[in-house]
Amino acid sequence: MTGIPMEHGLILAAILFSLGLLGLMLRRNMLFVLMSLEVMLNSAALAFVVGATAWNQPEGQAMFLLIITLAAAEASVGLALMIQLYQRLRSLNLDAASRMHG
Amino acid sequence: MTLSAVVLSFLFPLAGTLILAFSAGRLGARASAFIGVGSVGLAALATAWLVMAHPGGEAVISVTLWNWITVGDFQPTIGLAVDGLALVMMSVITGVGFLIHLFAAWYMTGEAGITRFYAWMNLFVFSMLLLVLGDNLLLLFLGWEGVGLCSYGLIGYYYQNSANGQAAFKAFVVTRIGDVFLALGLFVIFMELGTLDIATVLARAPELWEQGSATANLAALLVLGGALGKSAQVPLHTWLPDAMAGPTPVSALIHAATMVTAGVYLIARLNGLFLLAPDVLLLVGVIGAASLLLAAFAALAQTDIKRVLAYSTMSQIGYMFVALGVGAFDAAIFHLVTHAFFKALLFLSAGAVIISCHHEQDMRRLGGLWRKLPVAYGGFLAGGAALVALPLVSAGFFSKDEILWQAMAADQTGLLLAGLLGAVLTGLYTVRLILGTFHGEPGSDHARNPEPGTNPFTHHLPLGVLAVLSTFAGAWLYPGLEGLFPAAPGEAASAGHSLLQVLAIGAAIAGLLLAAWLFLWRRDWLAEQVRGGAGARLWTLWHNAWGFDALFDRLLVRPWQLMVKYLRIDLVNLVMNLPAVLSRLLNAGLVRSQNGRVRSYALVMVLGATIVLMTLALMPGGSA
Repeated sequence: MTGIPMEHGLILAAILFSLGLLGLMLRRNMLFVLMSLEVMLNSAALAFVVGATAWNQPEGQAMFLLIITLAAAEASVGLALMIQLYQRLRSLNLDAASRMHG
Repeated sequence: MTLSAVVLSFLFPLAGTLILAFSAGRLGARASAFIGVGSVGLAALATAWLVMAHPGGEAVISVTLWNWITVGDFQPTIGLAVDGLALVMMSVITGVGFLIHLFAAWYMTGEAGITRFYAWMNLFVFSMLLLVLGDNLLLLFLGWEGVGLCSYGLIGYYYQNSANGQAAFKAFVVTRIGDVFLALGLFVIFMELGTLDIATVLARAPELWEQGSATANLAALLVLGGALGKSAQVPLHTWLPDAMAGPTPVSALIHAATMVTAGVYLIARLNGLFLLAPDVLLLVGVIGAASLLLAAFAALAQTDIKRVLAYSTMSQIGYMFVALGVGAFDAAIFHLVTHAFFKALLFLSAGAVIISCHHEQDMRRLGGLWRKLPVAYGGFLAGGAALVALPLVSAGFFSKDEILWQAMAADQTGLLLAGLLGAVLTGLYTVRLILGTFHGEPGSDHARNPEPGTNPFTHHLPLGVLAVLSTFAGAWLYPGLEGLFPAAPGEAASAGHSLLQVLAIGAAIAGLLLAAWLFLWRRDWLAEQVRGGAGARLWTLWHNAWGFDALFDRLLVRPWQLMVKYLRIDLVNLVMNLPAVLSRLLNAGLVRSQNGRVRSYALVMVLGATIVLMTLALMPGGSA
């Protein structure tokens, strides 16, 4: 992994994070919103990995494992919620699920 | 013994009030009536004992029970002073009051809220006795306000009809205007004389005030203002006809026999003060004459029998004020007593007619009742005879003759002429009242099939006793109070007395003959006159009692309401309300932001996080 400067890795992580955030805010379909969330989580994980490599610190790798686990749990809960919502609303449009004014 | 009789006389009604008020509806109608009538009956017995024990009306008792308030020099007491005048007033209040309470037991049968009725009535008797017995002006004022309150509560007795509430409110507010004047008068008296004790005031006033001085005039004028409101004299008279909304026994007790004559009592009690202000005393007479004529004309054009009697009361109190105005205090109190007898009788007889005809009190819908309601008819005849001052046989003749004679002896020709004209008018409206109610054709089914009162104890007895008191027997009962008051103008003189008696009898007879001619022989002509043209306008004017109500409505009530409307927009209030308005606006905005759209929440969150990060990064010395 030598030869790739840390800045490049971090810039890539930032670009991924921004893309995920934009998708979260702009997408109406709940499936894509969940995917955007995954992208954001993974960008954060990438930043940890880049940092850990640059400074030779193993804690970064451990954080990466934690985030992957977190993302898997988040995806399962999110998908379960999505199925419930789809059964009630017959739509995956997020704006349709505003009745509770939460 | 004397003291306990005096104290008992007003403690009995107070106890009655307390028992009735705290029974909280647990007492039945019969028990309430028993307590209400019984307490006043016991008070009447105590008063009767007092009168028996102290004939002649010399100073009976004067005692201080305890101190009321002590603030520096201001030390009003709860003290009683009973003299001849107080005894006469007590006899009227408890005696006539007892008969009216007894009649009320018949009149109010089957009405809702009997307990409330008797609680107010007993409280009224208590307050009125306090007014009469108090030895200082503050205690008198307490009773004065108490009777006003009871008057309010009883006028609005049938409170489910909002018009009655309005009438009660009007009576309360109009008399309150007079009460403010009286309170101001008390302030002046206390400031100038340093005491409110009646005897001390009357002793000190001539020493400190010159005859006719500005202070004396001011004090007398303010006290007169209070008397005008309570006694329904021009210009504070508009409440009395509306006060007829209450039950008829209330009209008899409060608005004929006792409370409305409190003004006469007050001026007679403070006679020394008014003698220091001769101009104000003359004004008393002029106002009395004006009220007596104005009310007599108004009584001619009423169709409600109770309103006729209300205007007649106003007119008779006008006679009393005329007597006060010429310095004949004794004659005023004499007329007060006989008036209490015959006007209570007239009101109770009217009540008998009203109940017998199922609450019908419009003369146009009554008529032809004299054969079917002989007791009420007899009451009306006896009371009416006293009202028109039928010579020699009636009580009213002796007292009214005394008033007219005193006016003549005082060289007040204007007042005398007003009194004589009033006597003619009295004959006219009394005959019209009796003819309209008891003769002619019945105007409605209720009048065709009346149910006469049959109870000998609660119906016949009060009417019978009052009918006897309205004849010359009532005039004989009056003890005479010459010793208590300064000499009246007619006491020394005697020239022309028989001429005046002929004149007074002539005026009364003229009124009766004129009434007979108008209402029996020229009936159709009269009806024609009233139907259109000037006659109709005159009828409307008199029917509305010269339009005082409309005038006050324009002059006072509506400007007041307009002012209130504008004052409701309060600038200070606007400032005070600013935080409330702001938080409400903020609330509206935040409610709108809570729309349930997850994406806009995310957007706002990101914006917020960005702003926080930017601030931290750009802050000088910040550690981003």
